[in-house]
Amino acid sequence: MPEVVLEVNNLEFSFRTYGGVVKAVRDVSFEVRQGEILGIVGESGCGKSVTVQSILRLNPEPPGFFAGGSIIYKGQDIVKKSEREMRSIRGIEIGFIFQDPMTSLNPTMRVGKQIEEVFVGRKAVSSSEAKKKALDILELVGINEPEKRYRQYPHELSGGMKQRIMIAIALVGHPGIIIADEPTTSLDVTIEAQILEILKDLQQKFMTSIILITHDLGVIAKMCDRVLVMYGGKIIEEGDVDDIFYNTAHPYTSGLIQSIATLDTNKDEELIPIEGTPPDLFSPPPGCPFAARCEYAMEICKSIMPESTSVTGKQHYSACWLLHEYAPEVELVSVKSAEDNKTLESSSDEKAGGNV
Amino acid sequence: MRNNVDQKVMLELDDVSQYFQLSRHKILKAVDHVSFKIHEGETVGLVGESGCGKTTTGRSILKLYTPNTGNIYFKGKDVFSFNSEEEKRYRKEAQMIFQNPHASLNPRMTVREIVGTGMKIHDLVKPKEMDAKVEALLRQVGLNKDHMSRFPHEFSGGQKQRIGIARALSVDPDFIVCDEPISALDVSIQAQVLNMLKDLQDTRGLTYLFIAHDLSVVKYISDRIIVMYLGTIVEEATAEELYRNPQHPYTKVLLSSIPVADPKQARKKERLVVKGEVTSPINPPDSCRFAGRCPNAEKRCFEEMPSLCDVSPEHRVACFMIEQYFRP
Repeated sequence: MPEVVLEVNNLEFSFRTYGGVVKAVRDVSFEVRQGEILGIVGESGCGKSVTVQSILRLNPEPPGFFAGGSIIYKGQDIVKKSEREMRSIRGIEIGFIFQDPMTSLNPTMRVGKQIEEVFVGRKAVSSSEAKKKALDILELVGINEPEKRYRQYPHELSGGMKQRIMIAIALVGHPGIIIADEPTTSLDVTIEAQILEILKDLQQKFMTSIILITHDLGVIAKMCDRVLVMYGGKIIEEGDVDDIFYNTAHPYTSGLIQSIATLDTNKDEELIPIEGTPPDLFSPPPGCPFAARCEYAMEICKSIMPESTSVTGKQHYSACWLLHEYAPEVELVSVKSAEDNKTLESSSDEKAGGNV
Repeated sequence: MRNNVDQKVMLELDDVSQYFQLSRHKILKAVDHVSFKIHEGETVGLVGESGCGKTTTGRSILKLYTPNTGNIYFKGKDVFSFNSEEEKRYRKEAQMIFQNPHASLNPRMTVREIVGTGMKIHDLVKPKEMDAKVEALLRQVGLNKDHMSRFPHEFSGGQKQRIGIARALSVDPDFIVCDEPISALDVSIQAQVLNMLKDLQDTRGLTYLFIAHDLSVVKYISDRIIVMYLGTIVEEATAEELYRNPQHPYTKVLLSSIPVADPKQARKKERLVVKGEVTSPINPPDSCRFAGRCPNAEKRCFEEMPSLCDVSPEHRVACFMIEQYFRP
């Protein structure tokens, strides 16, 4: 198994507001391995962005603060680092691609300078070297005429182009880990597909690890090796992408799968929505955050948070009381792969052919 | 499958164009010579990438713009020749659900006012019965009477969208333009709103023009689908036909770009490659708008504009490469 490059242990991150303390991330633990794409999926407000932003200490502190836990990168705890030390990690050790390229690029600065900014204050890189690196990376992310784009301002570029610039900025320092927070949410489908492909190509080329945040299960299926499902500030399911889709082990994940319309959904079929709304994180429920919306909820779910339990002994964990030995047997709906159907059909065809 | 021949036409767009003059020599052609029909009780999906003119089309139908060319007929009458009485009735019969629930509700009005004002203007209820009627509408969209005296900022995105839907329903319309009604909502909430729209259509016999960029959603809710590219219609077909048998290269690209929530299939799926990005709708060439990105474009595609031609009874495509096989 590849080496672990980042380890998050029992992370708790909260914000002080006038209404009280919001516990945005509650007891979250996971690890990122060398060269993998780890997906984090969940609805808005589930704590996925706060989790990854705390890895680079990008959450405003105050009002935000670490209420516990550690983030271990190269043997050192990021939670204990000073702002000054963080500067040598951001962009160089860990890169970040933001959700909205329209607002996260500096409108008053030429694109080339924004890419080179990663090297500012680094004596080992001269300005001509920095320029060369910037032009190289522009070429790599698929931008035509890099010399011309280098001198342009963000407003002169289209949305897809700006997102490529964001990727270039994240990659130019050759970081070991890249965090991509909804990198394609604001883009059209054809552009989304292009951007995702570039990201995957470059990830394989540099053997970078990527933490990819999205609420789109389709993006997860296309890109990720492993997946974390978050809900109400907690990780509720974790496993290989195939396990998450085909052997779903948490009612929330199963609910998400049932509530999306796919191309194969028939017009007469009703979508099955998850009724209710996500929990209020000012006073999160003591038990499972999903209990109030869960159709299988038992008494215990409301009062005690279930431990993350291994599903059938694999690297697939789910925090759900249904996995307890005393719980009733429940069949959760998961994705039926169209590929499996095809192989079934073709094998039955062969049989039929054999009979003739 | 619905039979279009004996169904009444609710709305007809005939050669509608909507241009915006940006400066003396710059014309943005948002919608360029678009024609289609919507039948009673039908849901027509309008898809395309951002900037293709789908929202402008919806807004032109509701007379939020005045088209540069062409006519729009609602139940057989030209909407731009209405007298004031007909005008008022049209405002009642055709409604819109807006894309962004956070920006389309007046922040200084309570929910009671937002939902009730339309009914008051059209004199649909007596003042005494107003509260009861508003409450009934709210219940229909899954809210309750405690919400009546609250302001929009007190609600979540999904709830705001429901208020927007209640407002559209309040005047008992026949036709609703749904402009990306769920794209601002969370995945688990999207299904709730979609189901609600479908149920309302069944109980009230509504006709929808459903504008969206998410093709899976459009396929789920629509009877017929129109695909737009840079202001022009490139393909039109029934939902099933479009997905089973797409003809236009752009439709094929769109369909193959959708990420599928099935890892095994996603690994095998070959995406059709398309060059570049959507070009600018400012001063577009008078040729096929997709030619610059099209994998099988020929010389003719850069010189002339293809018109929609029938490839089967309910399937129209605007492409020279397809047209040649179907010429009589």
